[in-house]
Amino acid sequence: MSLLRRVRQPSASAAVAKERLQVILARENVDRDGPDYLPALRQDILAVIAKYVHVDQDNIKVTLDREGNREILELNVTLPGDNKERKSARR
Amino acid sequence: MAKVIVVTSGKGGVGKTTTSASFASGLALRGHKTAVIDFDIGLRNLDLIMGCERRVVYDFVNVQNNEASLKQALIRDKNSDNLYVLPASQTRDKDALTQEGVERVMQELRDSFDYVVCDSPAGIEKGAIMALYHADEALVVTNPEVSSVRDSDRMLGILAAKSKRAVEGGEPIREHLVITRYAPNRVAQGEMLSIDDIQELLSVPLLGVIPESESVLHASNAGIPVIHDSKSTSGQAYHDTVARFLGEQKAMRFLVPEKKSIIRRLFGT
Repeated sequence: MSLLRRVRQPSASAAVAKERLQVILARENVDRDGPDYLPALRQDILAVIAKYVHVDQDNIKVTLDREGNREILELNVTLPGDNKERKSARR
Repeated sequence: MAKVIVVTSGKGGVGKTTTSASFASGLALRGHKTAVIDFDIGLRNLDLIMGCERRVVYDFVNVQNNEASLKQALIRDKNSDNLYVLPASQTRDKDALTQEGVERVMQELRDSFDYVVCDSPAGIEKGAIMALYHADEALVVTNPEVSSVRDSDRMLGILAAKSKRAVEGGEPIREHLVITRYAPNRVAQGEMLSIDDIQELLSVPLLGVIPESESVLHASNAGIPVIHDSKSTSGQAYHDTVARFLGEQKAMRFLVPEKKSIIRRLFGT
């Protein structure tokens, strides 16, 4: 080990790695116990929406955010602007 | 119509994911629309190396099973606009991928990208075969070390026998050798296989030599592929590798031991 390295502060990248791993391992430990429900949940919500309006699969965005112990599931559905389309899908 | 490139090695821990991440990033930095796919079902790691692990919602298996569209599952890279990551599933096992399912997803990827980089799992089992099956070109990642060279040789045989091109009697996959963790000072001391030794043993055209470098660990710690660290020798070596892949003439660099002055040795810069 060189002289300067001994004096210099250790590089911070290991701390970043630890923090990232803590977050991802905590999440995966939860996922392992629980069901992989996100795709199924999205399908169900889509099915409900489809009863009223016709929405393309690509116009549904599901994002998952984690802040500490909180999980935020955000579902963003872009409804078609065309009124006729809405009526035709309503039935 | 995209070109599909598999990054493979047989042996684990030689730098497949590091290479996939930097190589795909390099293609994207040069303006090519690129997707990088993690084929290591059950042990995903590409997301960590790319630094997008917190943004994973859907994965490869979800797309294959029509539980999500490809567009929904692809994660846009934070460092390059042209790059998208398709993560592996962490909760399924390697049998979750089916031949037909992968075929369909690959076709969809081919239609919308210039390059599709497939990060293969280690081993020569189903997951690795799936990763190489659709390849047009292959990067064989090898360390200058006996077991890695032997496994690469085995993998070259599998590329020539089990890929779609081989099975259907098409043009063979174009193979490229990428030597990683190369330590010129150890080669000079006769402790490590040289580039010439490895090339002689494997007889595959050399695409790049990535020197052993501390910056690779820093890069994976931070979740930013090492190619973005343009000060590091390995980052520069990946840039050269991508340039050569795209047809540019670039001399190999970082092949001789760096001469350090007494002052640099003392201060370790």
